[in-house]
Amino acid sequence: MAKQSTAKQERKQDADVNTRTVSSKQKSAAPNLDRLIHERLRLGIISALAANESLTFSDLKNLMNTTDGNLSVHARKLEEAGYISCSKYFQGRLPKTEYKLTAAGRSALENYLSHMESLIKQMRNA
Amino acid sequence: MDPIRLVSETTKHPPALHDRAMDNLRYIRETMERATPFTGISGRGEMAIGATALVVSAIAAQQPTFKLWVYTWLAEALISLLIAGWSMDRKARATQTPLFSGSGRKALFSLAPSVIAGGLLTIVLGRSGLAAAIPGMWLLLYGTGVITGGMFSVRAVPAMGLCFMALGALALFSPPLWTNYFMAVGFGGLHLVFGAIIVRKYGG
Repeated sequence: MAKQSTAKQERKQDADVNTRTVSSKQKSAAPNLDRLIHERLRLGIISALAANESLTFSDLKNLMNTTDGNLSVHARKLEEAGYISCSKYFQGRLPKTEYKLTAAGRSALENYLSHMESLIKQMRNA
Repeated sequence: MDPIRLVSETTKHPPALHDRAMDNLRYIRETMERATPFTGISGRGEMAIGATALVVSAIAAQQPTFKLWVYTWLAEALISLLIAGWSMDRKARATQTPLFSGSGRKALFSLAPSVIAGGLLTIVLGRSGLAAAIPGMWLLLYGTGVITGGMFSVRAVPAMGLCFMALGALALFSPPLWTNYFMAVGFGGLHLVFGAIIVRKYGG
């Protein structure tokens, strides 16, 4: 159920981005956008991990104020892309899932930040 | 006959790309701020506060009147505030982090109400002849403030708050003769112990 709603949200956002009327300058800036971290929740996960050495699943869930299903779907996408790493262990009898930002994830965030900054600059100079 | 209006003419235009870019940058900054625990509390500063509190508790124990005892501790509160401000500023400069980031601001605003409440209650309790309850109330309210403020900080801080609260609760139901011991253990001992933990685990 959560996966379905997440997929719907993603499709809506992609459609949103694709159908938007953009100027020629906007068009030139949009193609290089990393769609994987452009999605809000995934961007949030990457940003939160960039500010911490590691965060557990429940830390991220509280920070992002989201559901277990939603978080795990988005975290898995980031993990598959190699942007975050995931390790599972037991703390006493409690299973813990810990996420860390990889070098690829950090550079993706840096690229995304510079992309956003260049977009703003381009529009200001227009 | 009214001209036919297209639906698209009346619908609001979607936000421009640069507005979305600004919004995304803001979101990244806010998320990072929320995710960062406030580590600006200086462990060495806490230890210095603990050391001065131990000296002051010995001085306060020799005061002939309760009024002078209160003034002695108020002077210590002022000294502690100066030490905390100076040491936190020094740590922020050393780690090149803003002293009042999102978490730092939240920590300060969470601590302030209980400190203000403690100040007002000191006047009220002093005037109504319930001065014996002041030390316990100080420890209890300081602990409350440290716990709430410490929610945005490293784990050692709310743990220290919890110890202050427990000590305050104990002090409220103990004979007034033990007051100086509770103050020394609380403001002196707990600051020293948790300051050392912060230095060891989180540096500075």
